Amino acid sequence: MSEETIEEIAPVPADHDQLIAEFSRALGDDLLSIQSNQGDVVARVRPEAWVKAAQVARDELDLEYLSFISVVDWMPAPIPPGTSDSDTSTPTQPSEMTYGVGGGETRFQIFASLQTTMPGRPSSLIVKADLDSEHPLIATWSALYPGADWHEREAMDMYGVTFADHPNPRKIYLPAEFEGHPLRKDFPLLAREVKPWPGLVDVEPMPGAGADD
Amino acid sequence: MSALEHLTDEGRQKLPPRPTAQEIVVTGTNWPGSEFDDDPMIINMGPQHPSTHGVLRLMCELEGETVTRVKPIIGYLHTGMEKTGEELTFVQGATNVTRMDYASCLFNEVAFCSAAEALLDIELPPRARWIRMLMMELNRISSHLLSLATGGMDIGGLSAMIFGFREREYLLRFFEKVTGLRFNHNFFRVGGSAADLPDGWQEDVDKLLTDIPKGMDDLDQLLTENPIWLERMVGVGMIDKELAVNLGASGLVLRSTGVDWDLRRDMPYLDYDQVEFDVISATNGDCYDRFRIRMAEIYESLRIVKQCLENMPDGDYRVQDRKVTPPPRARIDESMEALIHHFKLFTEGFKIPAGQVYTAVESPRGELGCMMVSDGGSKPVRMHMRTPSFYNLQSLEPMMVGGMIADAVAVISGIDPVMGDVDR
Repeated sequence: MSEETIEEIAPVPADHDQLIAEFSRALGDDLLSIQSNQGDVVARVRPEAWVKAAQVARDELDLEYLSFISVVDWMPAPIPPGTSDSDTSTPTQPSEMTYGVGGGETRFQIFASLQTTMPGRPSSLIVKADLDSEHPLIATWSALYPGADWHEREAMDMYGVTFADHPNPRKIYLPAEFEGHPLRKDFPLLAREVKPWPGLVDVEPMPGAGADD
Repeated sequence: MSALEHLTDEGRQKLPPRPTAQEIVVTGTNWPGSEFDDDPMIINMGPQHPSTHGVLRLMCELEGETVTRVKPIIGYLHTGMEKTGEELTFVQGATNVTRMDYASCLFNEVAFCSAAEALLDIELPPRARWIRMLMMELNRISSHLLSLATGGMDIGGLSAMIFGFREREYLLRFFEKVTGLRFNHNFFRVGGSAADLPDGWQEDVDKLLTDIPKGMDDLDQLLTENPIWLERMVGVGMIDKELAVNLGASGLVLRSTGVDWDLRRDMPYLDYDQVEFDVISATNGDCYDRFRIRMAEIYESLRIVKQCLENMPDGDYRVQDRKVTPPPRARIDESMEALIHHFKLFTEGFKIPAGQVYTAVESPRGELGCMMVSDGGSKPVRMHMRTPSFYNLQSLEPMMVGGMIADAVAVISGIDPVMGDVDR
């Protein structure tokens, strides 16, 4: 490739307004909210329209590159045992369920980040949808984006999300006999339950102090 | 007197005359009984196999020596770093993520820290940004050298390993001088870096800039036009552009298919828009292209390092925001306020406003991103790392199917997966 062609395709600032307008027009009522956030466009769609959103993004917006699919569990993290309210040395976390950009209604949300590799249009779109709190179920994207296969299997392992019509619904990270979904907030991180993070409690007894201190 | 005694009695013996060349006939027929054996053979490779760069396991289905199906099995190094990351404050988080891609640790830290910084809405001082660029480009060189070294060893070029590791050692010594550690540096923190560059770093970098090209010449002369190397690499592990994009491959694998895509140029972060470098891409999508891109990217990284050396700004190496940056050690002795801040930062951590962000950097393996979700506390609600090796490994199957089983190791080392990066 010659020097000139590289000069031609210098990046231009991402045009979020155009992306928002096109995506809103194509999805219509299936779009619950859309906004520009930290350099990305975040769109929340109805779960029924999950595949339609992918189709629109790939075919009409030319976002042919699936960056990742991931899930968020919005349940507040359980308070670790042995920590009291008066202990100011432990990190404090909000205790009610909060939702990020675009809001939400259920405990789980699925996120997918789409990009285009065409130079000059480097905006990325993050599509998200609510998942049922008890039985998270959503359609697969692997027919549209073959790369979604492993991303979705990871979400299956870690959050127990079921992907309808997934071509290969087997565990990817965890052993076949593993029970539970480790990244759910109610799955305890046993290493930290058994022994709290040493950095939080490393106040050594003073020299000469009694053992009962 | 027997025949043997007759031959040896003079202290010498002669072998009987050998058959002439015409008499040795290789017929090349199958083993008896194998004419009806058309069953494919399943071969298991790994997880403990030296050429899988860690604990990658491949189930290969073979017909003769041709691979008909491949199933990568991963998860042997899964350590739940995303879960651990939810239990650690933003101060502690960089220590956790630096262990993901252990061949290019600094990139993990930068992806994590820039996500936290974007949510905090703080801007780094110029020197902090240029230190990040300098260290990341040196880390990219060391990672590519490791890949060339082990890639050469995988397919039998042991000298490549010696050359690659030799130059990498210079870089690791520099990292040790700067960060205190050869790997898993934990050097970049939210808001800057843990320390300034040490005195005399200019001379060290200057020496690296002359030493590394010398070693690269050795590698270049040994490999680039070596007929055995060409035989093993050209046309091996082919993947086309459309499939690579569809499978979410990034970095070298994507660029070798002709997609001209590099986050450093196309989604600039830090001050990459102020340095000059070329994005190298090729069109054949085979292992040899990936090898050549890797060689060329080392020279491009050296260009950036040279510009960092020349243009390194003065000033702070971390933001002077006392809510984020711990006070200097000397201040703790004299100021109660500093002591409290120090204690709070290292126990409770700092709180990050609620929000969500995705930041990505171009690691030696591809797009390394961090999706950080915060609910306003001092730990992330969700920290998803988009690790390039995991998604690049999906393209292993189309690359290997139809090829020979002996090329499997060449294909793997072309993708250059780091299993800590795949399994997290």
